[in-house]
Amino acid sequence: MVDHLFRHESGKMVAVLTRVFGFANIEQAEDIVQDTLLKALEVWKWGKVPDNPQAWLYRVAKNKAVDLIRREKLKYKIEHEFAPLLKSEYSLVPSMNEMFRENEIKDSQLRMMFACCHPSITIESQLTLMLKTLCGLSTKEIGNAFITNEDTIQKRLYRTKEKIREEHISLDYPGAYNMPARLDTVLKALYLLFNEGYNSSHPEKLIREDLCEEAMRLTILLTENPKTNLPHTNALLALMCYHTSRFGARLDDKGFMVLLKDQDRTQWNKFLIERGNDYLNRAAVGGEIHEYHIEAAIASVHANTKSYETTDWGMILQLYSNLFNRTQSPVVAINRCIVLGEVKGYDAAIAELEKIKGFTNNCYYNTSLGEMHLKAAHKKEAANYFQKALELTSSHAEIELITRKLHLC
Amino acid sequence: MEKFIYLFRGGENHAYNAMESEKAQKNMQAWMGWMQSLQQKGVLAGGEPLHPTGKHVQGSKKVVTDGPYAEAKEMVGGYLIVQAKDINEAVELSKGCPIFEEEGNVEVRQIQKMEM
Repeated sequence: MVDHLFRHESGKMVAVLTRVFGFANIEQAEDIVQDTLLKALEVWKWGKVPDNPQAWLYRVAKNKAVDLIRREKLKYKIEHEFAPLLKSEYSLVPSMNEMFRENEIKDSQLRMMFACCHPSITIESQLTLMLKTLCGLSTKEIGNAFITNEDTIQKRLYRTKEKIREEHISLDYPGAYNMPARLDTVLKALYLLFNEGYNSSHPEKLIREDLCEEAMRLTILLTENPKTNLPHTNALLALMCYHTSRFGARLDDKGFMVLLKDQDRTQWNKFLIERGNDYLNRAAVGGEIHEYHIEAAIASVHANTKSYETTDWGMILQLYSNLFNRTQSPVVAINRCIVLGEVKGYDAAIAELEKIKGFTNNCYYNTSLGEMHLKAAHKKEAANYFQKALELTSSHAEIELITRKLHLC
Repeated sequence: MEKFIYLFRGGENHAYNAMESEKAQKNMQAWMGWMQSLQQKGVLAGGEPLHPTGKHVQGSKKVVTDGPYAEAKEMVGGYLIVQAKDINEAVELSKGCPIFEEEGNVEVRQIQKMEM
């Protein structure tokens, strides 16, 4: 309980204090939050946790921030629009209090999202910075999530912060002209963050669910502000809800992957499916259709169908074809072929799959071809493709799944 | 743009008992609101409230006596520095100050530029 409280509150406090000090001084904000959490651990250990732990943390963080501004006022080149209010004792404390009000906290988090996802920062650095500053994950946890070491993450964060200073990236909202493109960058980063958790073959289930949860939390924030609550924001959130609803059914008792076909649909989370339906309804306003709409629609068909056998494959095929026309993504093409197998037969799917070029060394491509051949009862071909796929993955879950398939050939 | 200083006399001492009563809270909010409006206009350049007690140093012998040496309503309680086109604009800007509701007053003075 304390762990999650710390993580979420630390994300909020870093966002607020970074706004107070300016993005260039983000380290000072992080230091204060770190000190605040340490103090809480120290004090709470001996007594009991205060009735309102959040207010306790904010009070300590505010006091530390006020002290720092008083002590090193001139060293801090606080340059943003309300800097004069922080530099006078008349308004320093009231300004600080105001920044910690609920709506200002949310505002700071949104600004932080836009800053972290600035187009001049690489996508992997965007995700790392978001996880560190907005989600309150430690460098160790981030390293673990991306299956790399703490050192790499630290270096990446260091370089990103240098970049922020070099490019003078501020916490201002993008202007109306840039807003749509900048929002797309933010949504893209959240989509990838979610997928990192949902599709990654990371051995630890907990970490994957954490990444999905954080991505959802930040997307919900975007739906709470009129500036960013656009139809495709809701479509993305709907997609996340549908996918998350299947979390409990995706792994069996032994931790092995269970394919959609074999999942126990009564284990799907009904609350999340309903939330998904709600958000998809909200996404349906206005004429524009985004990729997230289509992906959410596909997930919606699955989520709202009682069994694999009664799935409306014709509808799903149409959606995939539409999605492929927009994205030209090979992964979408592979998925489309698998659905084609359900609609027009497995031989048709195999023929289409063979048309996809440049993917012969991709694990997913080979398992898909293996699966189609297996269903079409071409056991020898199926075995060849599964064998090839086995050489292309190092994930335990995937190796286990493919080995099971090989036994069927 | 010229710089002007507002010298506040009389009124409540918000710096001192800021958190003590509902009235003081309201008072502080009023000041905060006014200062925010100055900041949003981009004219706020600085300023501080002053502690109500102090010392007074005087004469070539530097005789030190306890302050305040004036009556409360004549004592400077704080100052702000603003930027304005001229004294008239600075006076207009000062009229939003909550001190007038607290029986205090503002002295508006232009900051003198020293010639080379």
